[in-house]
Parts: sequence; structure tokens; C-alpha cells
Amino acid sequence: MLQCEFQYQKDAFSLDAAVQMQNSVLGIVGPSGAGKTTFLKLLLGLYQPQSGYIHLNKQILTDTNLKIHIPIHQRKIALVFQQAMLFPHMNVEQNLLYAKKWGKLEQEKFQLKEIAELLEIDHLLQRRIQQLSGGEAQRISIGRALLSSPELLLLDEPLTGLDTKLKQQILPFFTRIRDEIQVPMIYVTHHHEELEQLDAEIIELQDHQLSNSPR
Amino acid sequence: MLTPEELSALYLSAKVAGFATAISLPFAILLAWILARHEFRLKYVVEALLHLPMVLPPVVLGYLLLIVFGGNGWIGQWLQQWGIQLAFNWKGAVLAAMIVAFPLMVQPIRLSFQMINPQLEQVANSLGVQPYKVFCSISLPLALPGILIGSILCFSRSLGEFGATITFVGNIPDETRTIPIAIYSLLQQPDGEQMALRLVLLSLGLAFAALLANYWIMQKYQQKIQER
Repeated sequence: MLQCEFQYQKDAFSLDAAVQMQNSVLGIVGPSGAGKTTFLKLLLGLYQPQSGYIHLNKQILTDTNLKIHIPIHQRKIALVFQQAMLFPHMNVEQNLLYAKKWGKLEQEKFQLKEIAELLEIDHLLQRRIQQLSGGEAQRISIGRALLSSPELLLLDEPLTGLDTKLKQQILPFFTRIRDEIQVPMIYVTHHHEELEQLDAEIIELQDHQLSNSPR
Repeated sequence: MLTPEELSALYLSAKVAGFATAISLPFAILLAWILARHEFRLKYVVEALLHLPMVLPPVVLGYLLLIVFGGNGWIGQWLQQWGIQLAFNWKGAVLAAMIVAFPLMVQPIRLSFQMINPQLEQVANSLGVQPYKVFCSISLPLALPGILIGSILCFSRSLGEFGATITFVGNIPDETRTIPIAIYSLLQQPDGEQMALRLVLLSLGLAFAALLANYWIMQKYQQKIQER
């Protein structure tokens, strides 16, 4: 479970967040430049808040009072960007097994076969990255994130840039991740309908405030 | 066929350039990475210092090296306690070549690092991989073309280094007489022009081969990217 309450300020930009994750999918909507991606980067540990805390499954990731800031690679939070961000010098299988080969996985929650079947990418394993379509690349990016055994999956507008048909092809995979392997997700988007399909709890980032919990 | 003197100059030049390139490479990668990925106070001072050897007259550089690393220099005296002598020694020629060629090596490596999308590294970190492993598995392989080009430029520049080398390590046959210094020596002799011309042609061949290697590597890499 995610619990966070913090204030972040950089130059003229500020973000005030108090979020508790109740549902297995938390959707965040808001206009461009409101700070949705900044919120994800704060959770990930790429930015540090000026004050406040971030707890994930009772582990302290950030606490400004205790001067704790766990580095990004120890947070067990995986990120999927709008673009697939696959490693171009590796093939699909090498991308998927990247965390297993280079990381320090304490516990492997999922196996390659299981994830490949779930996302229907098992026939692509030996493909070069440059031979993939946009939808395939994004599914591999999601698979790679899941194979790092994260406790939380951050999705930063993962379907932006894909056409409606492709979106409708990929959205069911998020439902399967929610129902079949139960990885909690924070899903940032401009499109309410994507979140409605995922039955997500939706909170709106407005006037630099993001909140779903009483302070 | 090459005469023993020509062979000696060729061997010495290759040895000096090879050592200069190999020793410079880790430092160049580190500095290129820092300059490409980090903003810090006085960064412009580091950049100016890096490029200084390119704008300084080589003789000035050689003289500065003599002051610092010579037998009576601050560092030179200290090194002598450990039995290391750089002035008037081929190892000094390596140091001179390293300093002169270093900016040429750093620049393409830095550009290569800058061309890598930082989000690739962030994603790799978020997969639970430590930063140094991300550097080894993502940044370094993707910067390989820049590293190869930087190495070739450093090697070629080291082969042609003259001013700083002759000032710092002199012109000692079989010790510090590299190809450019050998050409200079031959041109001082009344009958040396023919032999100098042979070495000039050899230099031309080496420089051309280095540039061909450069283009060949770029072409191979582009092919590889297109195949993927």
C-alpha cells in the first residue's frame, strides 16, 4: 500500500500531494504541465521533496524528517514511459530479462514464460527492437517492468501516441495485470475513459494539489 | 623496405600513441560522462582546462611539462624517488601525447553520451539495477561509436605530436625520436631530404589508414543499427 504526503518546489513550480492508494489501480488525470509526471518521478526517487514522506508497503522510501531517501534502484517501483524506452542494443528477450541479469532480485515474482503469455509477446522474443510495432514495443516495456518484480508499477501516459485501435488492444492487458498477477498500478493519463475501463480510483491534479486522503 | 632507423621511429611512435590512447581512455570516458550528464558550479572552468591544450602552442605545453615533470619539477622530483623519470624518456612522450590528444578523445565520447536518452538510464535504474551497472550495460555500449572514434582521433593525434614532445623529451634516437621528430632531424641534415620524404609518406599512410578505420567503424555501426 502506498501512502505519501509531501511538498515539492522547484523554481516557480510547486506540488502538494497527499495520496493513499486504496484501489489496485490509481488513476491520475490533469492538464499538461500540472505535475503528473513530476509526481511519478517523486515516487520513483528521481526528485526529492522539500518536506514529507513516501511509504510503500510499510517501507519508508522518503522521509525528510528522518533524512531518508532510498535510491531509485532500491525502491521496487518500475516505470513505463509514454515511449517504450526499450534498450536498442538488446533484442526483446534480453530487454525482458534485463532486471534478472543485471539487478539484484530478492524474489522473482514472475517468470518470463508467464509474463510473455500474459502480454502475448512470446512469439516476439528473438525479434530486434527495431522490428516491433508501437503496440508490441509498449507491451514489451510493460513486461520488462513486471519482470523486475515491482511492488508498484508507474504508467506515465502509456497509451499516448498509439491509435485508438492499438489502445483497445493494449488496455485489456492492464486489466489482466490487475486481476491475474495483482501488481498495483498508478496510471497517469489525459483520458478518463482509459481509467474507467480499468475501474481505477481517479484523482485529479488541480492547482498543484493532488489529494485523495484527509490531512 | 624500411630501414632500421625508420622502423625504430615507427615502433616508437606506435608505442607512444598506443600507451597514450590506452591510458587516456578511462579518464576520457569518466570526464565525458560527467560533462554530458552533470551540471555543477565551475563546469565552464573544467571545459576551458580540457580544451587548453588545443589552443596553447605545443612548445609552451612542452615547457610547462618540463617545469612540472622535469628532474627539478614539483612532480618530477617526487616521481624520481620512485625511480620514474619522464623528461627525456619515452614515457614522457606518452604524457605529452596524452595531454595534447585528450580533448580530441573526450569530445566524441561526450557527444555519444549526450545522444543517449536519459530516460533509458532512468528506466534501467527503476528495474532495480545499480547506477554503475546501468552505466556498464546501457550507457557504455550505446556510446561505443564515440569511444572508438575518440580513441582513433587520440591515436592519430599522438602519432603526429611534435612540439610538446621535442620540448619535453628531446630528440633521442630509439628513445624519444618518433616519426615527426625523425622527419625534423632528417631535414636538418644536408642529404636527409630523401629519407625524410619516405617518413612523410609513411605518416600519410598511417593517418589515412586511421581515418579509413574511423569511417569503417562508423559504417559498420550504422549498418548494425539499421539491421536491428
